[in-house]
Amino acid sequence: MSKIAEGLLYSESHEWVKVDGNVAIIGVSDFAQSEMGDITYVDMPDLDDEVSAGDDFGALESVKTSSELVAPVSGKVIARNDELEDKPELINEDAYEAWIIKVEMSDKAELDNLLNAAAYTKIAE
Amino acid sequence: MENLLKQTCLHDLHVELGAKMSPFAGYDMPIQYSGIIDEHNAVRHAAGVFDVSHMGEIFISGPDAEVFINHIFTNDIRDMAAGSILYGMMLYPDGGTVDDLLVYKEREEQHYLLVVNASNIEKDYTWMMEQAADFKVTVDNQSEAWGQIAVQGPEAEKAVSEVLGLPEAVRLNFYTFCDCVRDGRRVIVSRTGYTGEDGFEIYATPDQTRAYWRALMAAGIKPCGLGCRDTLRFEAGLPLYGDELTAEISPVMAGLGMFCKLDKPGFIGRDALAAQKADGVSRKLVGIELTDKAVPRAGYPVELEDGRQVGVVTTGYHSISLEKSLCFALVDSAYAALGTPLLVRIRKRTFPGTVVRKRFYQTKYKK
Repeated sequence: MSKIAEGLLYSESHEWVKVDGNVAIIGVSDFAQSEMGDITYVDMPDLDDEVSAGDDFGALESVKTSSELVAPVSGKVIARNDELEDKPELINEDAYEAWIIKVEMSDKAELDNLLNAAAYTKIAE
Repeated sequence: MENLLKQTCLHDLHVELGAKMSPFAGYDMPIQYSGIIDEHNAVRHAAGVFDVSHMGEIFISGPDAEVFINHIFTNDIRDMAAGSILYGMMLYPDGGTVDDLLVYKEREEQHYLLVVNASNIEKDYTWMMEQAADFKVTVDNQSEAWGQIAVQGPEAEKAVSEVLGLPEAVRLNFYTFCDCVRDGRRVIVSRTGYTGEDGFEIYATPDQTRAYWRALMAAGIKPCGLGCRDTLRFEAGLPLYGDELTAEISPVMAGLGMFCKLDKPGFIGRDALAAQKADGVSRKLVGIELTDKAVPRAGYPVELEDGRQVGVVTTGYHSISLEKSLCFALVDSAYAALGTPLLVRIRKRTFPGTVVRKRFYQTKYKK
């Protein structure tokens, strides 16, 4: 049974968002990491890249499969977790601690399209 | 759908071990138990055991057995000693590959065992029967009657001889086999594998196979799924039918010409291969090493600097043993030379790479 952290927003494609003012901190859910298995590589966008909600902004690679990362919100990438370059397994160890990128949101209303923990529980089974 | 999947004789034991199961070649097969990386490393550094009971066992015998097999098989079986094994392919007349397989020459005159890919059993059997019309042979598909496990890795010999009580294994060289009798039933111990390591493939009745599996589990030998079977064979440069060999990919294109003896009496597909060798082939299978950690996957395009597509990835991984991103790709022959710079398109970007030898990992067979 995978963990679902309270207080975060979730997308149906299994990304989580932690809102910090105008900034969205984005990672993937514990369900996503357990479905992937050992993560071996995180393909991340560059700083200052624009991402748009619903489009892929990178990917997770496990031994066997690739899984695209889909932006839950639109905006500019203002930080990326470079620690994941050498230690992608941090996502397996704690998916909610291992954030992937931070995005300065261009439209906070997009957050309304995301799920709360209770609603996400229903699809992460 | 699910109930149409076949099960091997070890199926319930995989479920009991908590394996992640998935359909493969019509069977519900274990993909992984503890994890692909863990299982892969166990085979490279200790020993692991695979359920390969889904593989096909077709026995061919009769006065024409040798000439018949030599007619449908690319390698030359005429000089085989009893107890030896040869790798090769069956081809269509145009040189496309029906399957790749192992031929075992039994002690009894004109008796052979052909071990074929699970996904091709029916197709191969039908193909053999069609070709057999003019030969005095019996083609006997016994695939359902045999279980098979592969014990692979540097500690495989110890596991097979001591844990399974098959000391005969110690005397075998790579690509040879022996017959043992246990409880009045035949057990075939074969020093072969699909991992690049020393190891054994053991053919036995379903009951005996279950007993062997249980004994290996009790001895702490790691159960390994099809996930790491693929990463291991890939690193060792071994093709998988369906990816690197198909009805459209001949052994010459796949770089397996050494297993095709054009100088033996004619075999099906020989003339097409001879023409391919003389005229050259349009596409060749190569290895590509990327400088980045992004992972090339089957189907991704291989390109030149100017964006022109010159090939496609057939299998790719971030290699567990070599810690590099590597792939096999079928490319236009003009770009197949070692050292050729090529790009692989991975999602939106391209990543630079170089053509390298397909045997990425130094294999460790017992000669």
